[in-house]
Amino acid sequence: MDHRPQAWGRPRDDVYGAYDASYLHDSGPKTATQSPVVTGTSVIGIKFKDGVVIAADNLASYGSLARFNNVKRLRTFLNSSVIGFGGDVSDMQYLDRLLSELAIDETYETDDTPEDDEETTKKTHLNAANLHKYLQKLLYQRRSKFDPLWNQILVAGTDGEGKPFLASVDLRGTAFSSASLATGFGSALAQPIMRRYAETDEQAAKLTREEAVAVVKECMKVLFYRDARSLDRYSIAVVTKAGVELAEEEQLEKQSWAFAERIRGYGTQNV
Amino acid sequence: MAAMFSQNPLMNGPNYSFNDAPKVNAPEGARQHRFDPYTDNGGSTLAIAGADFTIMAGDTRHTSGYSINSRYYPKVFKIGGTTADQHDANLVLSVVGFAADGEALKERLDAICKMYRYRHGKPMSVKACAQRLSTILYQKRFFPYYVYAILGGLDEEGKGAVYSYDPVGSYEREQCRAGGAAASLIMPFLDNQVNFKNQYVPGSGEGHALQERERKPLSRNEVEVLVKDAFDGAVERHIEVGDGLQMMVITKDGIEEILLPLKKD
Repeated sequence: MDHRPQAWGRPRDDVYGAYDASYLHDSGPKTATQSPVVTGTSVIGIKFKDGVVIAADNLASYGSLARFNNVKRLRTFLNSSVIGFGGDVSDMQYLDRLLSELAIDETYETDDTPEDDEETTKKTHLNAANLHKYLQKLLYQRRSKFDPLWNQILVAGTDGEGKPFLASVDLRGTAFSSASLATGFGSALAQPIMRRYAETDEQAAKLTREEAVAVVKECMKVLFYRDARSLDRYSIAVVTKAGVELAEEEQLEKQSWAFAERIRGYGTQNV
Repeated sequence: MAAMFSQNPLMNGPNYSFNDAPKVNAPEGARQHRFDPYTDNGGSTLAIAGADFTIMAGDTRHTSGYSINSRYYPKVFKIGGTTADQHDANLVLSVVGFAADGEALKERLDAICKMYRYRHGKPMSVKACAQRLSTILYQKRFFPYYVYAILGGLDEEGKGAVYSYDPVGSYEREQCRAGGAAASLIMPFLDNQVNFKNQYVPGSGEGHALQERERKPLSRNEVEVLVKDAFDGAVERHIEVGDGLQMMVITKDGIEEILLPLKKD
């Protein structure tokens, strides 16, 4: 007989069979949390006088393999906002599905009778600021459940007052806003270039649409030069109060690799 | 009979349920790397209580590592007004650390203060709100809000009140407190300039005979200059601090917001 205190009051194995403890701990860590698998690289965006320009290339990488080269990482929302996704592509597709449902609900709930003039209709729809808050809450909730959506997201559009809106949110629910924004490699390579043109909202308010588009195209080129997980085909969108103009098959123009010859210090060249 | 073949090392007796159950479900080569739900978004905050006012301040820089994400990301918030514009708010909360947690905490406390106002027909006192904030933080003791919070307002007698917190809800009322990235740079400065630590009356003796300089509350102007000096110093020595200085001055007439530039380098 076992008289140790731990045994007091316990059912004996030889009488009742071994205790089935399997339900107590399905041991090991939770498998919900992953790391990104198929990923998109930088998304960049800059505000201008009456809107926002946003761009992302069409590549989805599998580690260092350029796996899918026709993946659209910008999506519009109710023809009034654009969302750009960096990070995990499957999580992007999940969010895309979610936002499509949200857009349908929005359209049904909003009274869109023909008498309504354009202005009142736009106001009742979720604007980019609302959408950004929604995504922030969603991503923060998921990180708090230790089951993050592995994305860095830029939201472009207009806020409640019709002013240009550009903000970012990441997999931890960290959200911030600025005159120009970039995720991933872009924050190191593109952001300094964009800040030369629009350091503050006041400076951005002086930028024309053509200038903003030119800056973004230049940044996409710089990213293609130096980001090994990037592509020369990209999507670019211009969001204004009037709506969204999205081009998904843009090709980088006027590339010059002349600089490559002058790079010394590593590689195969001698001298 | 079964007892004879038992694995029990002590008594050669029967086995019991407290023996380690075999881990049947352990996954093959369990993942070593885990998702880290926290980051540090830098920045610094500061609060000083005066005789009839409180000043809460924070820089407006938002960082990730060496990158500046935004040059205007406020860390100091009016709390508990009737509406979203907070025109009739009586409390100010500053949060620094992990920005997403900071925002979640701010929104929760604000909602609670609004509910209190609605139910009781009066704004929440700083003392009550301070205790409530501690409870909120402690409720998440085992998955904390990674933020250093400071709550400011005027107490029942109209004196300036500053309550400071650690991430799990320990709190204390103080005359002044610095929080965040440059707290260790600013706090000693505050000890010396607000509480007159290590200041003695000249010629009052030597060693233990030295007489401490008498403490008296500072005027609002003095405090505003002190805050600006503290941040100018912090900006010079800490890379995560800079861009803008946001100050909230709480007096019996309401809350005044001041925005000053800081170095952007």
